[in-house]
Amino acid sequence: MSWRLLKIGLSPRHPEPRFFRQPGALRDHYDVVIIGAGGHGLATAYNLARTHGIRNIAVLEKGYIGSGNTGRNTTIIRSNYLTPEGVRFYDRSVALWKGLNDELGINLFYSTRGHYTLAHNDATLRTARWRAEVNKHLGVDSRVVGPEEIARALPMMDMSCGGHAPIVGALYHAPGAVARHDAVAWGYARAADRLGVEIHQNTEVTGLAIEGGRIRGVGTTRGFISTDCVVSAVAGYTPRILKMAGLTSPIYVHPLQAMVSEPLKPWLDPIIVSGSLHVYVSQTARGELVMGASLDPRELHTARSSREFVTNLAGHMLDMFPFLAGVKINRQWAGLADMTPDFAPIMGLTPVDGFYLDAGWGTWGFKATPVAGETMAGTVATGRNHPLIAGFDWWRFDRFELTGEKGAAAVGH
Amino acid sequence: MKMIPCPLNGLRPAEEFAYGGEVRAMPDPASVDDARWAQYVFHRSGAPGVKREWWCHVPSGYWFVLDRDTTTDVVLGSWPAQDAPERAQ
Repeated sequence: MSWRLLKIGLSPRHPEPRFFRQPGALRDHYDVVIIGAGGHGLATAYNLARTHGIRNIAVLEKGYIGSGNTGRNTTIIRSNYLTPEGVRFYDRSVALWKGLNDELGINLFYSTRGHYTLAHNDATLRTARWRAEVNKHLGVDSRVVGPEEIARALPMMDMSCGGHAPIVGALYHAPGAVARHDAVAWGYARAADRLGVEIHQNTEVTGLAIEGGRIRGVGTTRGFISTDCVVSAVAGYTPRILKMAGLTSPIYVHPLQAMVSEPLKPWLDPIIVSGSLHVYVSQTARGELVMGASLDPRELHTARSSREFVTNLAGHMLDMFPFLAGVKINRQWAGLADMTPDFAPIMGLTPVDGFYLDAGWGTWGFKATPVAGETMAGTVATGRNHPLIAGFDWWRFDRFELTGEKGAAAVGH
Repeated sequence: MKMIPCPLNGLRPAEEFAYGGEVRAMPDPASVDDARWAQYVFHRSGAPGVKREWWCHVPSGYWFVLDRDTTTDVVLGSWPAQDAPERAQ
């Protein structure tokens, strides 16, 4: 323990400045109200204040900042998507991630690792080839690699995966990265706060006031706020907010679970994904293996975790890495994934004027945090969907024009 | 272990079952307009609540309906599809 830390511990008052202000009562009116102080909501607030000069903003959070999926994901950042809309969007996000440490003045532990999506059969390899070609066409560094190259990069992996799922190739994506997710929420919160944005924690939205198809205000557990502009960035709680707005959507909610091992010496540099074995895994800076799998198989709106999840995922991990048999699992948890039929988000304008949606983030939202903030802020400031989110608009289902991104999902959900 | 009541096989482990989604009435494909068809194909009652759902007991290949609270995961009853009682929508 450092002397400085000891001094802070013994001090009767907190000698360090707070990361951001704890604003008092809600005001009667804000220019923009953002529901949800996760990465997306805070990044939207920050971009509105910084780029568009809109600073009379309240961000409302029913728990504490980053308590939802921002703090529950497995922190993987990549842009090796399948559709041109997706690749452009996530590639812009990767570019923003790279400058984010400096921009927010916080160490996000952004770490470029390389990302292997393993193929165990011809069908997966075909999708990998498809993704690689779309990526290359749009200037994104992805290529298909064979078993020899994979074995060289990952000598500790059983290339036959227990004998029942031999690896026949992989999609390799060099820019694949991980970052410290809590710091993302804290960094955006501080940056937004310094520009005058108010972040109200423990403030739950209880209703939306809509008159003549226009948003007029937000009811909360701490009183009513009048506003002409509301952004909903609440991931798994989106259907509840939409219900308050009298809207239905294609979004359906399933829990997504994850777990971490005890810390190990560094042995796994790249991020490994196997769609067939339903595994994605990376090793954090402090040595824990962060592991995730597919969605829970039924709709559920509670972040409970299950023994079956740990048993199944551990079994698949051992297919790939048998030497981990003695390693212990430290923690497990779950988040509520707001899934869409085409595995692309739903962003921007809605049928209610002044009510904007940043939703449908399912299992792929963390990596989009910076670009979601940029594009949602641009959309709110201009009243028109930002060009980068044109493929993710609310009405695409009515037009039967889906943005089919399922082939780029980490695992077969 | 999560157990699910099957009208045919009794109480069985959840892992033996496949979830088939909410029971929904299909509009007549021959006469429905595009907007209502899109609503039926894509939209869901996404908010939590008590929902009537299709479930299949996979080992016996048996489909049935089940009422479940999607906030708590508590099963309120299960029936052969033709015997399910009416419920307020």
